[in-house]
Amino acid sequence: MNVETATATQTTSASALVSVFAIAALGLGVIFLAGHVQAGTLHDAAHDVRHATGFPCH
Amino acid sequence: MFTRLLTSALFAGAAAGLIIALLQLFFVQPVLLHAELYEGGDLVHFGTDSTVSATPELPGFDAVRDGLSIIFTMLIYSGYAMILVALMSLAESRGAVINARAGLVWGVAGFVAVHLAPGFTLAPEVPGVAAADVYERQIWWFATVLTAAIAMWLIAFSRSWAGWGAAVVLLLAPHVIGAPEPEVFTGPVPTEIGALFASRALGIGLAAWVMLGAFAGFFWSRESEATGQAQTV
Repeated sequence: MNVETATATQTTSASALVSVFAIAALGLGVIFLAGHVQAGTLHDAAHDVRHATGFPCH
Repeated sequence: MFTRLLTSALFAGAAAGLIIALLQLFFVQPVLLHAELYEGGDLVHFGTDSTVSATPELPGFDAVRDGLSIIFTMLIYSGYAMILVALMSLAESRGAVINARAGLVWGVAGFVAVHLAPGFTLAPEVPGVAAADVYERQIWWFATVLTAAIAMWLIAFSRSWAGWGAAVVLLLAPHVIGAPEPEVFTGPVPTEIGALFASRALGIGLAAWVMLGAFAGFFWSRESEATGQAQTV
């Protein structure tokens, strides 16, 4: 019984950890795309924000 | 769990991002537009006739350009909110209390990691300043933000002098090593504009992160409560 409970808790915290990493990775992807990718159109559209946010820009 | 994280992050990022975008448009954008007049050569100083008005007529609100700025600000701060909420939930699972009030301190730490630490050596750039290769600066920027973020975590949660000492080393290292710098200064923008831009960008950055931290803490604790109640019922 105890073993089962422990396994269940471990599974929950493991899946929680996967969620935490997934959301952090998603956030990093958004920052990278919106703030750092140098492709022309994306750079021009985000230009003012990149400067105002202190990202290295062109 | 993932939905809770995503919901809190999107609410916090969208709310903070919208306010920040308006603050940026009012306080930062005019300085940027002024600098672009020098970048494009419409205004020149240091010439023989160097009496240039410090308050030129600037273009006003541009629906497309400024609309895109609002969207991208909301996107960027939603991205930051996702990372922030992920870290908050990790800290909570280790015993930290997360709410709007605690979020204020998280916000200040985030500002240090993302704005102040990289800006200490690579000051927020106004258009038209001389700078080193953009990819090299980006690598330095990411490395500095990462080390400063780890340092903030160690300062907050470490219980030993070794942890705090490591935090100091991590905070100092990128600046002792140095950022990529241009070989010559070719920027045509007056120093007055560059300085005003840097301080405005950092000031708005602090306001932005304090709001983002408080909103993230608020929405995260509210989502947790809602889930907790659902489970009890």
